Amino acid sequence: MGMTIAEKILAAKSGRAIVAPGDVVTVHLDTIILFDNNFVPSNWRDIQRVCDPERIVVVFDHRVPAPNQIAAGAHRTGREFARRFGIKRVHDVGREQGISHQLVADYGYAVPGSTLVCSDSHTCSGGVFNCLARGVGGPDIIYAAVKGETWFRCGETVRYELEGALPKAVTAKDAFLQIAGVHGDHATQNVEYGGPGVAGLSINARKTITTMSAELSAEFATFECDDTLAQWVRARTPLRFEPVAADADAKYKAVRRVNLSALEPLVALPDSVVNNSQPVGALKGTRIDQAYIGSCANGTQDDLELAAAILRGRRVAPGVRLIVVPASMTVYRDAMQSGAIATLMDAGATIAPPTCGACGGGHMGVLAEQEVCITSSTRNFKGRMGEPSSRVFMASPATVAASAIAGTISDPRNFLN
Amino acid sequence: MNFKARVWKVGDNINTDLILPNRAFYLTAEEQVGYVFSANRPGWAQQVQKGDILIGGRNFGMGSSRPAARSLKNLGLACLVAPYINGLFFRNAVNFAFPALECPGVDEAFDEGDIAEIEFSAGRVRNLTQGTELTAKPLPAQLLAIVNAGGIYPLLEKEGSIAPRA
Repeated sequence: MGMTIAEKILAAKSGRAIVAPGDVVTVHLDTIILFDNNFVPSNWRDIQRVCDPERIVVVFDHRVPAPNQIAAGAHRTGREFARRFGIKRVHDVGREQGISHQLVADYGYAVPGSTLVCSDSHTCSGGVFNCLARGVGGPDIIYAAVKGETWFRCGETVRYELEGALPKAVTAKDAFLQIAGVHGDHATQNVEYGGPGVAGLSINARKTITTMSAELSAEFATFECDDTLAQWVRARTPLRFEPVAADADAKYKAVRRVNLSALEPLVALPDSVVNNSQPVGALKGTRIDQAYIGSCANGTQDDLELAAAILRGRRVAPGVRLIVVPASMTVYRDAMQSGAIATLMDAGATIAPPTCGACGGGHMGVLAEQEVCITSSTRNFKGRMGEPSSRVFMASPATVAASAIAGTISDPRNFLN
Repeated sequence: MNFKARVWKVGDNINTDLILPNRAFYLTAEEQVGYVFSANRPGWAQQVQKGDILIGGRNFGMGSSRPAARSLKNLGLACLVAPYINGLFFRNAVNFAFPALECPGVDEAFDEGDIAEIEFSAGRVRNLTQGTELTAKPLPAQLLAIVNAGGIYPLLEKEGSIAPRA
């Protein structure tokens, strides 16, 4: 019986010949990532032993640099944990700082065919690397650190065949908003992305789609491995890997085609990511207070370069705050060297250090009552970025940049030559 | 594990930010309880009685990995039943030993205030007020064992893998 990518990796990592929808399996975990929220007093449990320090990564990303004493204490607890068990891969404030899912990309922590967990919901981001990556709960991550394994429920898989190429100023975020707008949630299901359109998408673009698949409530989101992906991984890690392709007779709940060439810039209205997308033109004239470019979904170098291309020689509208958050120090340095950071600053953007920041309403751009934000981050839930009466529209970094210039939600195609 | 109590109802796509908003992030688990649904149903958390049952809508618990299931348990709710539950929320429910069942049609089978009777292990859901019965998907044995043990932390404590809470 044929298997999808998710089913094949679940089978390989649980020592079974076949895994099918409905199965609950215990799988070996190759990479286990703990982050600062795990170490907050209300969440942390004092671990007495770990499975293997080489398989564990510690990242401080949600609240860095520490905005208050509780966060500072959590970081200290995390440092002590890493020291006690000899964990070498520690991403503290400083040179190797970043959002965990971006670090997975920067450092090659997720290799094809491997498994990875972190107790941040957007961990499915790592699926871009043909890896079975999933966000789990806080107790799960403590169990995983101790045991080196966890359980997964296997769901049915929906496959998306991407075709064509994205038009100018239309991005992978728009492709995601198209899928989320039309097909809604995929709870209890896996999503698998493939097709001839994948070759034209950068790894960063593909990563936007897998990261945002958390908003589809997907169990796992995976891409196939191609030369572009294999080269990316080989450039960053000496680990050997075996790419996993779906069987020709794999069974899917549905196979759906997405014509990238036909897409236009989309915006998700406040309060829900799914079933909530509108063409940017429908929101024309909507006034904004803040524009936010960043997060694990859209804080890559591609995103910063695109925003810089739109903002070059232009100014952020008076009364609007544009906050740009490179997703990691690697991204930050690359965007400094390319000149994108200078362009963004000249336009009036405030550059924040790599952090999840205001995406989760933590710090670095939290919203006041009734304020309106357009964001390229991951969620627009009520109260997500601050006060519950604030409103969050979600769009691509291009649409966010264009809107920052106009002061109202605007079509990026009018700003890019 | 059987429960019999009045039900509260919430709609589809209840997300974790509504259950455990970031505004409560730095508080203790006990303090976080007061913030459940504070954005969409202010004052509700203060009305819940110990043992009440929550009937959710589709994709209950969508969103983040935060311990939202812990807040519902600490609020005193005995059980959650929803047509289908977000996979990440469901993991937290199992690990915090908050009984959560998937039961297609349950959202339409109850009005708020009805009395429900839930046979958790068997997956039977009855509306005693309306005299109807539905079949839920029982938990796989491996996961039921975690719930019955009181969650993941007691199991890890027992074997010395984590220290007991100070």
